[in-house]
Amino acid sequence: MIKVENLTKYYGQNCAVKELTFHAEKGEVLGFLGPNGAGKTTTMRILTGYIPPTSGKVTIGGYDVIDQSLEVRRIVGYLPESVPLYPDMRVNEYLRYMGKLHQVDRLDERVAEVIEKVNIADRAHSFISKLSKGMRQRVGLAQALIHDPEVLILDEPTIGLDPAQIIEVRKLIEEIGKEKTVLLSTHILSEAQQICDRVLIINRGQLVAEDTPEALQKRLTGTQKVTVHLAGDPTPAIEILRGLANVLRVEINDQNRIVLESSGETDIRPKVIASLTAANLEILEVYAETASLEEIFLQLVQEEETERQAQPELEGALQAEAHSSKEQSEQGGENHA
Amino acid sequence: MRNIWTIAEKEFKSIFHNAIAYVFGVVMFLSLGIYFMILLQYGMQTQTYVPDMRVLLDWVLFPIFFFGVPVLTMRSISDENRTGTLELILTAPVRDAELIIGKWLGIFLFFLCSLALTLLYPILLNFLVEPGIDFSALSAVYIGLILAVGAMTAVGVLISALFKNPIASLLASLGAILLMWIIASPASNTTGFLSDLLKYLSLPEHYYGSFYYGSVSLSSVIFFISLTVFALFLGARVIESRRWK
Repeated sequence: MIKVENLTKYYGQNCAVKELTFHAEKGEVLGFLGPNGAGKTTTMRILTGYIPPTSGKVTIGGYDVIDQSLEVRRIVGYLPESVPLYPDMRVNEYLRYMGKLHQVDRLDERVAEVIEKVNIADRAHSFISKLSKGMRQRVGLAQALIHDPEVLILDEPTIGLDPAQIIEVRKLIEEIGKEKTVLLSTHILSEAQQICDRVLIINRGQLVAEDTPEALQKRLTGTQKVTVHLAGDPTPAIEILRGLANVLRVEINDQNRIVLESSGETDIRPKVIASLTAANLEILEVYAETASLEEIFLQLVQEEETERQAQPELEGALQAEAHSSKEQSEQGGENHA
Repeated sequence: MRNIWTIAEKEFKSIFHNAIAYVFGVVMFLSLGIYFMILLQYGMQTQTYVPDMRVLLDWVLFPIFFFGVPVLTMRSISDENRTGTLELILTAPVRDAELIIGKWLGIFLFFLCSLALTLLYPILLNFLVEPGIDFSALSAVYIGLILAVGAMTAVGVLISALFKNPIASLLASLGAILLMWIIASPASNTTGFLSDLLKYLSLPEHYYGSFYYGSVSLSSVIFFISLTVFALFLGARVIESRRWK
């Protein structure tokens, strides 16, 4: 459905997106993850035809975003990060307006449908300026859905909402994702974990990792972390646990619980329980911690940063090259000298 | 085409959503009414002076449009740009030119409606003076007004596309319209190519040169229409310029 090949975008001399390649199949919810300024919004703007790429090829539903921009816009629904709305319009009036611009047939029915879908029927006649942030987000989503697009592009759809609203909007996106291709950006990792079939992690405009949330997790958790909560003093348990095979590290944390780290494929928990029970220690709780997407994300981004620092010369050369292609090689060379 | 009309309709309605339309209407009718009274009184006192509609339109309507056009156009594109709704409209299947023409048309229609309402005064005057007033001459004046307002509105919309801040847009439009009014003054006593050019670019030269005296000159009509088209064309290019940045 969405195909992006070697997408590059420069703003003046700043590179916002660099050689980005990815694709999304029909009916897939694709999460776009990255720190602020990673190039998520820029990529989305290019996909929606708002700005053209410097180089690279983007097709959506088989249409090229530059040459067949109007066709692309007909099949894409877009919700920008700032959720732009007209505060002096009423909800249904606004949706009618956007529907007309999208040449929607049976406009009245369609407006009623999307209002129903995003659950704002009771506020359909309210002025947008009177709505809460969560309500506005829904109006924005309704606007993106008004022409029944095949592809939905949502830029930070849950930012600035309260927890209850976040859950509602996520549910809504999950539901929409059953029928449509959804590309959403976020920097909240649990969100990506929860609603995305596949996650793309980008940093500084480049793709760092691409996989399902589960696979990403597996890929980066070579060790197992187990926390043990004992009824009494945990100190005698430390020696016992250190004696187990594959245990790398045993510590007591500030909550007086034992944290142990083990290597190897097998789960260490049964052995931990067996050995502690054998020593007549009362166990209250034993649980394994899986690395959250958060940690994976930081790890990936940090790895990339270290690589970058390790190769400053190469980086300088690359940038100088980029400059020279813009006929400013002298200046670029000086900057990195 | 459908998009142009959709955008124009929305723009027209949004003038009424804000208080602007009513403030504009009140200011216009209050000043027209006061001046109309003054003219009538003067006519009755002297018994020789026949109140002239052109004077009324000159004294009242031009100053009102002078300020009214920038006030109504200042937010047209700049607000969409500032709040980000421009991004939504231009990611819908809407061409850049359709947006700018629609915006212009919506505001222009509002001005047309208010101009149509001012016809009340000549109709009233027609009953009060013998043998009535010359409507054919007056219609030329109105054609001139309509064309001038259309061109000024196009310039206002173009300038609104250049700024994100509506106040900056307001001041720039005021400046631009002022310039179009006074551009010929340095050339008033000179001849030559440059002074001809400045005179050609001046709005009053065209308005007072033909429409005011009851004639519709083709060259002036073409001037106003091409100024409108040129400003809208430039406006579309300005919106498009986000693509080169």
